[in-house]
Amino acid sequence: MPKVIFHHDNGETDVVESPDGTSVMKVALQNAVAGIVGECGGQAMCATCHVYVRDGYLDRLPEISEDEEEMLECTAASRDETHSRLGCQVVLGPDLEEVEVDVPGSQI
Amino acid sequence: MCPAHKSEAATTSVVVIGAGHAGVQTAEALRTMGHTGPLTLVGDEPALPYQRPPLSKEHLDIADAEPLPLRGTQFFTEQQIQLCTGVTVTMIDRSSSRVHLSDGRELPYDCLVLACGAANRSLPVPGSDLDGVHSLRTLADAEAVRAAMAGCESALVVGAGFIGLEFAAAARKRGLPVTVVEAAERPLGRALSAEMAEHITEAHRSNGVDLRLGAGVTAFLGDNGRVRGAIGTDGTEYTADLVLVGVGVVPRDELAVQAGLAVDNGIVVDEHLRTSDPDIYAIGDCASFPHLFTGTRVRLESVQNATDQARHVAAAVLGREDPGGYREVPWFWSHQGQLKLQIAGLRSSDDRALVLGDPADGKFSVCSYRGQRLVAVESLNRPADHMAARRLLAEGRSPAPEQLADPDFSLKTFARALAPTP
Repeated sequence: MPKVIFHHDNGETDVVESPDGTSVMKVALQNAVAGIVGECGGQAMCATCHVYVRDGYLDRLPEISEDEEEMLECTAASRDETHSRLGCQVVLGPDLEEVEVDVPGSQI
Repeated sequence: MCPAHKSEAATTSVVVIGAGHAGVQTAEALRTMGHTGPLTLVGDEPALPYQRPPLSKEHLDIADAEPLPLRGTQFFTEQQIQLCTGVTVTMIDRSSSRVHLSDGRELPYDCLVLACGAANRSLPVPGSDLDGVHSLRTLADAEAVRAAMAGCESALVVGAGFIGLEFAAAARKRGLPVTVVEAAERPLGRALSAEMAEHITEAHRSNGVDLRLGAGVTAFLGDNGRVRGAIGTDGTEYTADLVLVGVGVVPRDELAVQAGLAVDNGIVVDEHLRTSDPDIYAIGDCASFPHLFTGTRVRLESVQNATDQARHVAAAVLGREDPGGYREVPWFWSHQGQLKLQIAGLRSSDDRALVLGDPADGKFSVCSYRGQRLVAVESLNRPADHMAARRLLAEGRSPAPEQLADPDFSLKTFARALAPTP
C-alpha cells in the first residue's frame, strides 16, 4: 500500500499507509497526524495543508495548478519555491507510491 | 466563572455539545493548548465527525465517496477525548452544572461549550413531506440526495442560496434538467453584491439551469406519496421527481432556551463568545456575537467562523483569551461547477461595490467600500485577491477606491507592498 512519511519540526516522524487516490491532506486527517489542518476539505481554498515535499519525489508530483499556485503564495509558513505544495493536491497512486514531506510549524 | 482559577484551568472539566467543525476544533485546540482535564464531545449524528462542505459538492459527484473525517478515530483516543456520537443532549441543568444525555448519562462540567449548529429551515407548504423532497445538511441527507440523483429525470431546487446552487451545478454535471426557483430578485442575496450575483446568475443559466427569480412554490404535487412536481407562486406547474429545498437555516438554540440563556437569532454571546451564563460559551452557526468589524450582532454559518471561534474559546477556557475579544476576519467559499467563489469580510447592501478585473473573463473581484474603507471582497476564480483581502481586512488597511480604477492595480501587490514589518 502507498505510504506517506511526515517529518515534524520536533524531529518526530509519522509513517502512514493509505490506499491509492488518497491525498496527503486526507491521510493526515484520517490518521491523527499533527500539523495539517485541511480546513476547506481539500478544495485548494484555505492553504492550511501546506507541506514541503522532500527531494526525490518532486518529479513525480502533478503540475501545480493555477489555483494551487495562488494559494501557495499565502501559506502561514513561508513558501519554498521548490518544495512547497498543498497536501490536498498531492494524491497517492501508481505514480506516487511513497512521498516524504516536512510539516511546517504553522498553518494558520 | 469558567475558568475558576487560572491555576486550575488546564484540568478543568469541559463538555462540548455538537461534534461538527466547531465542536471538534474546540476539543483539538484545548488539547493543543495544554488542557489535560476531562473533555467530552457529544454529537447527535452516528458517524465519526466529518467535514460538511464536500457534501454539497464532490460528494454528490462520486458514487462511492466516503465522508472526509474531521479527525480519524485514533485522534480522539490518543487525545483522550471522550466522543459520544448518536446521542442527544436532553437538558442542561445549570444549577448542578450537568448535561443530561438521551442515553440516561449525566455529564458534569466546569465549562460548557455550545456548538450546536443549525438546522435546515423547512418550507411550510403542502406536500413538503413527500418522498423525493430533500434538504441537505448532514451526511445522511447527502447520501439520500446522491441516491435520488441516480434515478432522477428532472430536479427542482427551491432557494438559490449556496446549497441550492452547488446542488444545481452537481445535477447539471450529470446532465439532469434543473430548475431553480428563488423568491428574491437575485441569488445569494444576503451574502453577495448585485454585480457578483448577476454574473453567477448568468453563469448558471449558460450552464443550462432554468433559474427563475422572484418565484416560489405554493405546494408540492405527488403520486402515491412520491413527489412529481410543484405549483409555483405564479401558477406555473413544475415537473420534478427530485426536489431540493435550500431556504436557509435556523440556529439550534433550543437547549439554550430551555436552560434560560439569552437567545435572539441564535444564542447571544459577548465579544468573548460567553453566553449570559459565564460558565457557558456558544460558537459557530448557533451563536449570535457582536462583530468588531461591523459594530452589529451577527450569526455566521461557515467553517472559518466555526473553527476560529473554537480556537478563541479554547484559549478563553484556559484563561488565555485575547483581551480584545474575538475579531477574526470572516471568510467563506463556494464551488458551483466552474465557479470558485471566495468571500472575505462582510458587506451590507448599502456598501459601494467596485469591480476589479473583467467579469467577461470569468475571473474578477468585487470590492465593497463603506466610505473610504474596504469592508469585503468577493472573488470569482481569483484566489490571490481573496488571500490578499483577508490580509488587508485583518490589518485594517484599504487601497483608496480610486486606485482600483488603475488597470494595473493588484490587491496582492498592494497587500505586499505596504505590509507592516513584523
